[in-house]
Amino acid sequence: MYAPYPENMMESIKKVEATRAERMATEPRRLTADEKDALLNEFHPDRKPDAFAEIKIGPNKGQKAPLELAKMLHSTSRILNEKIDLSKIDYDVDVLVIGGGGAGSSCAIEAHNAGANVMIVTKLRIGDANTMMAEGGIQAADKENDSPVQHYLDCFGGGHFDAKPELVKRLVMEAPDAIKWLNELGVEFDKSEDGRMVTTHGGGTSRKRMHAAKDYSGAEIMRTIRDEVLNLGIPVVEFTSVVELIKDDKGQVAGAVLLNMETGDFAVARAKTVVIATGGAGRMHYQGFPTSNHYGATADGLVLGYRAGASLRNQDSIQYHPTGAIYPSQILGALVTEKVRSVGAQLVNVNGEAYIHPLETRDVNASGVIRECKEGRGVEVPGGAQGVWLDTPMIEILGGEGTIEKRIPAMFRMYMNYGIDMRKVPIVIYPTLHYQNGGLEIDGDGFTSIPNLLVAGEAAGGIHGTNRLMGNSLLDVIVFGRNAGKQAAKKYKSVTLGNMNLDHVQSYDAELVKAGCKTDEVSPLLLPKYARHER
Amino acid sequence: MENMVNVYFFGKKYTVPAEMTIMTAMEYAGYELKRGCGCRHGFCGACATIYRIKGKNELKTCLACSTQVQEGMYIASIPFFPTDKRTYEIKDLKPNQQVMMELYPEIYSCIGCNACTKACTQSLNVMQYIAYAQRGDFEKCAEESFDCVSCGCCSVRCPAGISHPMVGLLARRLNGKYVAPEAEHLTKRVAEINNGEFDSMIEQIMQKPITEMKELYNNREIEK
Repeated sequence: MYAPYPENMMESIKKVEATRAERMATEPRRLTADEKDALLNEFHPDRKPDAFAEIKIGPNKGQKAPLELAKMLHSTSRILNEKIDLSKIDYDVDVLVIGGGGAGSSCAIEAHNAGANVMIVTKLRIGDANTMMAEGGIQAADKENDSPVQHYLDCFGGGHFDAKPELVKRLVMEAPDAIKWLNELGVEFDKSEDGRMVTTHGGGTSRKRMHAAKDYSGAEIMRTIRDEVLNLGIPVVEFTSVVELIKDDKGQVAGAVLLNMETGDFAVARAKTVVIATGGAGRMHYQGFPTSNHYGATADGLVLGYRAGASLRNQDSIQYHPTGAIYPSQILGALVTEKVRSVGAQLVNVNGEAYIHPLETRDVNASGVIRECKEGRGVEVPGGAQGVWLDTPMIEILGGEGTIEKRIPAMFRMYMNYGIDMRKVPIVIYPTLHYQNGGLEIDGDGFTSIPNLLVAGEAAGGIHGTNRLMGNSLLDVIVFGRNAGKQAAKKYKSVTLGNMNLDHVQSYDAELVKAGCKTDEVSPLLLPKYARHER
Repeated sequence: MENMVNVYFFGKKYTVPAEMTIMTAMEYAGYELKRGCGCRHGFCGACATIYRIKGKNELKTCLACSTQVQEGMYIASIPFFPTDKRTYEIKDLKPNQQVMMELYPEIYSCIGCNACTKACTQSLNVMQYIAYAQRGDFEKCAEESFDCVSCGCCSVRCPAGISHPMVGLLARRLNGKYVAPEAEHLTKRVAEINNGEFDSMIEQIMQKPITEMKELYNNREIEK
């Protein structure tokens, strides 16, 4: 018998197999609104008060943020005691894009195409971003039984009615055009022979509007738009982070101080408009969770923007993806795409029960997994952690042999790498830190309250309320990335910069001292501290 | 005590837990990674790595994030590889054989050694997709190269100097843009939106009070 797991897990698999036929015959019931609220209240990590701290200074003073983020907001600038000569300009551009992921790249393409002199700075390489790792798909209401209005309802309701309506409107109304734009750049969406998009459900969608490129959806989008950035000759300064924004004597944003990650040297970029597209925060490991995010996801943009005076929104709302890998240890925290559930796998506890509908929204399903584990219905994996089963063999039964390799090849590869054949046995999962629902607050056109400062992508707040749906983030980075590029390219023409300064860095620090909340750390974090040092 | 193994990073010996990946083992050894580390989950190709097991002749390639350490591994990460990407305007290209001849003529110098396929960290049939590209069969080249993460291990090993990931990428863009049939429902929907057909409906829903929105949301019909 094929037994890639220890004995206790194989014992549980017998129960999973015993109930499979019956489970497949009955779709698990959807929870009522009240049942969802109760589950979230008791088990969602966001509802744990001691995991949050009060922000002591700045526009969001008095509000909550995850402990780790609050600490970064209360830490010292990396250049507080450095002498940065702002009269020596290393780069002078119309549009400075911070971050080379999906939002930054699509922003740069649109700004370039609108005639702006645009440059990308990015901490690692262009494309080292959460966009590259998005697996499941991208939403757009382009089928006959669907409409942007239906998409609006799913997005706004799924986000607990906390999103900004003008942002949701842009997201859903520009979604089909985003897909068209990507397709015309050469992104290969899954299509049937007549050209119709193959679309599926995601958690919380009321129509099948999830477009995908197998389970490499984000990678396929990212590598295509990266290629386009390079074809257009847009300058990309890699291995260079932004450590502070520069403002001018009119209070506008006027550029940024750059740090060469390899040499430690600083440089100055002057820019008439700046777009923060720095992405998420998974590598902050809120509440000790493992993460599905890329190495550089450290909330840098939130710290930079906040120090310059921009406000945050929904910064206390974090998405834990219900299905992160919990075993084997080599892939701890890695994303197991929601598409695994879209194509048929159920969530099943140690007793073989499908205890919840597999396509509830992510916050609800994550809370469900945590409940099962806390109440003794989890599957114990070597090392003592617990998770629940994701019954992947169902996919092959439902879709026919070969469905897994065809529809979710990355997942198949990831598990086969460690000798686990998900066609034959279920896999075990637990929530992983996946997405920052909030971020820097933007208006309908992508601008912050600081003149000439825009935000796009995961660093922006207000689009998804307090829970994001699958497929709305790839969509968000393209829609709001493109929009930011167009808006910045329009805006810079009327911008006249004054004298550049870093006064806001000094005054922010003085406020920290005054409030008595200054930590011993510096921020932004830039990279997580994973190296183990014996000294 | 955990089960430990001896590995050699750039020739220097370290003793690390056997369950770690090459990447986490480097961090365990004290390396603060900047290059050679990206998504950490096998999607970005930043961590191309070359290794040989002590006493064995074969040189292997892998992704450091997705490969478990083994006793006696001699490991060198490849922080950057000068892949040769040609630039083009995708909208000016035509999906014919001529495109490859003009942009990546070196693919016709392939000597059929298959070193690229052996080096592929994704187990793709790289030489085969290059053969499809030579023939201008972009659909097949796209399909065969689809799971490529552009780590560049194939190109490192190629005696003909081919930048395989770039060839696959061009084929996929040509296939996605020109060869695959148009999604007519998409074109239609974009036109409807541009004609303002949803404008009043979206304004209406935006104006609704939260109680009404909740009602609508909780009772919405879900497609089977």
